[in-house]
Amino acid sequence: MVSLILILLMSLFFSGFIIRTKSILSGRKGPGLFQPMFDIFRLWKKGSVVSTTTSFIFQIAPSAYFASVLMAVLMIPHGNNPGFISFNGDFIMFAYMLAFGKFLMIISALDTGSSFEGMGASREALFSMLVEPAFFILLGSFALFTGQTSFHEIFSTLHYGSHISYLLGGLASFVLVLIAMIENSRMPLDDPKTHLELTMIHEVMILDNSGFDLGTIMYTTNLKFAMYGAIISNFFIGILPLEISIPMFFIIQIGFAITVGIIESFMARFRMGHNPQFVFILTSVSLLIFFGVLLVLGKFA
Amino acid sequence: MEKLSVEIVNLLAIMAVICIPFLKTKGRGILTLGVITLGVLINSALAFSVFTNGPVEYFYPGSWVTGSIPVRIDYLSAWFILVISFTFLTGAWYGVRYMKKYSDQSDNLALHAVAFILLYTSLIDICLVQNSIVFLVIWEIMALSSFVVVIFEHYKIATLKAGFNYLIQSHICILFLTIAFIWLKVKTGSFDLAAISTFTASQTPITGLALFILFFSGFAIKAGFVPFHTWLPLAHPVAPAHISGIMSGVIIKIGIYGILRVLMLIKTDMITAGYFILFVSVITGLYGVMLAIVQHNLKKLLAYHSIENIGIIGIGIGLGTLGLGYNNQVLILSGLGGALLHVLNHSLFKSLLFFSAGNVYQATHTMNIESLGGLIKLMPRTGYLFLIGSLAICGLPPFNGFISEFFIFNGLFHGLVSGNFTFILIILFTILGLVIIGGLAFICFTKAFGIVFLGSSREEKHHAESIEEPKRIWPMYLIGLLIVIIGLFPLLFNSFLINVVSQFHPGLESLPKMQFAEILNTLTTVGWYSFGFLGMIILVYFLKLMISKRRTVAKGETWGCAYPVPTAKMQYTASSFVRSYRKLAAPILSIKKEKAEATGLYPENIMQKTHAVDKMETWLIDKPLRLLRRVLNSFVFLQNGNIQAYILYGFVFVGLALLLPTLIEKIVVIIKFLNQL
Repeated sequence: MVSLILILLMSLFFSGFIIRTKSILSGRKGPGLFQPMFDIFRLWKKGSVVSTTTSFIFQIAPSAYFASVLMAVLMIPHGNNPGFISFNGDFIMFAYMLAFGKFLMIISALDTGSSFEGMGASREALFSMLVEPAFFILLGSFALFTGQTSFHEIFSTLHYGSHISYLLGGLASFVLVLIAMIENSRMPLDDPKTHLELTMIHEVMILDNSGFDLGTIMYTTNLKFAMYGAIISNFFIGILPLEISIPMFFIIQIGFAITVGIIESFMARFRMGHNPQFVFILTSVSLLIFFGVLLVLGKFA
Repeated sequence: MEKLSVEIVNLLAIMAVICIPFLKTKGRGILTLGVITLGVLINSALAFSVFTNGPVEYFYPGSWVTGSIPVRIDYLSAWFILVISFTFLTGAWYGVRYMKKYSDQSDNLALHAVAFILLYTSLIDICLVQNSIVFLVIWEIMALSSFVVVIFEHYKIATLKAGFNYLIQSHICILFLTIAFIWLKVKTGSFDLAAISTFTASQTPITGLALFILFFSGFAIKAGFVPFHTWLPLAHPVAPAHISGIMSGVIIKIGIYGILRVLMLIKTDMITAGYFILFVSVITGLYGVMLAIVQHNLKKLLAYHSIENIGIIGIGIGLGTLGLGYNNQVLILSGLGGALLHVLNHSLFKSLLFFSAGNVYQATHTMNIESLGGLIKLMPRTGYLFLIGSLAICGLPPFNGFISEFFIFNGLFHGLVSGNFTFILIILFTILGLVIIGGLAFICFTKAFGIVFLGSSREEKHHAESIEEPKRIWPMYLIGLLIVIIGLFPLLFNSFLINVVSQFHPGLESLPKMQFAEILNTLTTVGWYSFGFLGMIILVYFLKLMISKRRTVAKGETWGCAYPVPTAKMQYTASSFVRSYRKLAAPILSIKKEKAEATGLYPENIMQKTHAVDKMETWLIDKPLRLLRRVLNSFVFLQNGNIQAYILYGFVFVGLALLLPTLIEKIVVIIKFLNQL
């Protein structure tokens, strides 16, 4: 329950922080923290244009996308407080839930019959496939480390042993920050601010969405960021009491947002053909974490 | 009672086969439907009674050839009887409408009906009979009848080629099984399958392992494990849609039944066997889906997906076998339970997908994904059913595929936290494999559904035929309903599954109640959660409808980057959709490319063709065959068309066959004599 409220709260101004960081780093004054949210509210109030080529799938996909991310958020715990739903192996369902939303977004892009949107859809499908192994190995390592198989139990028992867990948490944050960047199609892979359809991933998929649907999709992106931020914060919160953990949550989330802003300001977008290699780095770092855990547990035969 | 019902089903089938030649085409259809439906009802009742009253065993005296014929209907048989029966029920009802197109080929249809009934009956009997000779005979009937149903359109050369390929490979499968059974017979003197237990219990684990691998290779050909998969992608596209659905849904599963049956009986080093199965299965799953993505033929794509799903089932079986070896009950339950559930689930969504593909074929007369498009407006029911099947086969919640994959994943992660180094490493790579399989299936079905059903038609020539008649659609609705129900109520079949799994490991019922309840509770939560998810989607959608009611919703063209006259040809195609994947997987796949680029001032027509080649097929089948042919060609002078020469060969053969034993005896005597000197 706590985590749900916190994540929803954070999602309101997450991209505000990113934009603010970017504007400060490029020497601009920049908009306020809530400007992205105001934009989304405006979109929610607008009418829309729907392509005649589309079918019902185009209509329902944004709603399903939002619902899938929201359901995934329900599983995230806040340190010692379990998420709305918690069961053994919940992170498997977490990953598949997100995949459901993505499936519908991809086919809704193909639904428009556009010459560009299929391109984004194709890339989105490929990159999200490449990211999955990293996430599963990461969670697998922590399952091995703690001997538990649900988000809540993993995070609440993470720091009972040695302090090496903080080191693992640091590495895991690196992987998760990049997973979040890839899942949300941000800078090193994809530039959301580009103006050329040929180089876009996520933005080109939603070229035809407008009005309420576009607003929903943009809000879902923020929610996803806040969700990954919450997972990262969980690596460090552990069983701390609420009055310490809540400020820590916000500090980590804002730190995450600023990191994203810094990455976006100082990194150039990769060539599309080099992206898979970059994504494989995540899997290999996850494998590194896994072998680190094996080393710590003394399981090397 | 059980004995009677089995006999009734078999008698019904024989009667029907005898009656069919005397009926008119329409009567044949009705008779086939009636017999299959009645058989399904009786068999389902039989299976349910086994699940409630426990396994049944009885014997026929048999003849001097076969010895006594034991018939054992246990939980494993009952489970497979249920799976087979359901798919045949829907397949028969769908098939009757599908075959309406061919109603002028009366004789052909009669043969098809006969083979169809034989196929169903033999599949059911394979699950019951436990005498190896009778088993092989029924297996042969099954192989032949499935060959006949596959080559329905035998006037097409491609169909016949694929059919013969299938026929030959089925017989290689029988060859493996025959060798294994002869070995058993020679060593134990019994045709009873239970001899596997008594034989392997008295031998070293290595012997047991060798016997297991022999059986596994035989059944793997039927199931389509890599590298024995090559018949699948050939046979599926040429068979009529309902046969493809049944073949992918249950005929390949009879191979899984065989593997499970042998695993249940054999006493050997289960740990090595488990690692072996896991290794083969991960390769199978990955290879199947990697090739599926680059296919252009919708049915071929689905066929490669059957290979992938056999891989997933195999991963479950391997995990369960490891559990048997390490005596870890959670692994046994989630591995074997997941595998068994996936057998059911795959038979559901794969038959649904094939039936939908059949509808697409009859409406458009093509299976080439590149020339389809926008079909969801032409045939919305088929489209949405195909979508349900696609989501289920990708293992996405809230559909049934997720439940069985969750089962297996749960077991894998449980295995990860309990075990030694090698075990953990193997499990890690299995998880990695399963995740990548899932991700690739995701790419593949976004492509298959998106390109075939969405956008607008890539070729104008589709004639909108009304093929979505209710009689054709209702079996598909039935499957779709079951897919959703299993997704939302995962506990539906759990008592069955626990019964089946407990046969592999008699101590399973003594599994600590706590752990048991925990696994079941998890599934209940998953079910409720899926409900919540559906509710959430509907809620958000209605919210959207409420809000947009007060706004203007305009219709317009798809955004073409300010280009005013977009055409259907400018849409993204299936090949371009998987292009980045193809580039990435290029070292493993081999893709033949033909290209004609625009050159000169007045360029000719440009074109590009890509064709995925199955490397395994080239290396393991085509090349050895070519070699064999070259060797055998040097003996071609023997085939001179001269009848006298043939008679001479006959005499030489008979003479050799009669003389050889005596000759060898004499030689032995001489050698012995020489030794004594």
